[in-house]
Amino acid sequence: MENFETVITKQMRDAIGVESDPVINDVEKGAIVKFAQAIEDGNPVFNNENIARQTRFGGLIAPPTFLRSMKVGEANPTVNSPYTANLDGGSEWEYFEPVRVGDQISVTQYLSDISERRGSLGHMLFMVRETKYTNQFGNVVALQRTTGISYNPSN
Amino acid sequence: MNRQICFEDVTEGMNLPTLRKSPTTQQLVKYAGASGDYYQIHYDQSFARDNGLPDVILHGALKNAFLGQMMTDFIGLNGNLKKLSCQYRKMDIPGKPIYAKGTIKKKYIKDEEHIIECEIWLESENGTVTTPGYAIASLPSKNILGK
Repeated sequence: MENFETVITKQMRDAIGVESDPVINDVEKGAIVKFAQAIEDGNPVFNNENIARQTRFGGLIAPPTFLRSMKVGEANPTVNSPYTANLDGGSEWEYFEPVRVGDQISVTQYLSDISERRGSLGHMLFMVRETKYTNQFGNVVALQRTTGISYNPSN
Repeated sequence: MNRQICFEDVTEGMNLPTLRKSPTTQQLVKYAGASGDYYQIHYDQSFARDNGLPDVILHGALKNAFLGQMMTDFIGLNGNLKKLSCQYRKMDIPGKPIYAKGTIKKKYIKDEEHIIECEIWLESENGTVTTPGYAIASLPSKNILGK
């Protein structure tokens, strides 16, 4: 194991497990269609209201990763990496219910883990966050765990 | 629309139909707009290089979306995607085709649901796996009408 000076502060550790204030995101039809077009997924349940109405969903639903476009509240306390460069390390979704046009999705997030190691981009800081998406009926529609990597771009 | 695939139609070890995607810089801009992720490494080449990257790179979440599309295409309108995970091990750059692939690892019935577990991944044209992942879904069964 290589030695390095830690960049993980007490403030970061204290932030683990603290949930952000919920932010309500309205699910608009145009946003779903625009997202499906951007990922170039022509599935009619994401694109065509008339066809989607004839399915068991009764209308347009969001593609599985659409929730990623939702706004998330600032963590309190805020957790800032000392590094300016960021990469996405991975994502794990768990789905419970479809997301429909007109839904109001409440998003909360917390930092669940923080670690660091040396890698191809020098010293890298890993932050794992858990995000919860709840609809207007109080049902959790999805959970997502993401790993964010930050590093010093001049390394 | 394609015929709905059922639990009885699949076997362990079966490959999922490959989804070929051809991401371009234009698609990355469209994705930035649709997702709200405006981080410049995805559309500003000099910014990307200043961050130690070889070129602009695909959003991880866009690659996640490709894997999601492969799964929802496969399970059809009456299948339910339950879990979708992936790790962005290697970077992908626009202008090159990328292939979403998968294999069914397990099939079983649990709590009256007909479950498949799949190893999934994105692979570049030369066969390098850039984004390994895993997915779990339920399929309708021919034996249970309306389920």
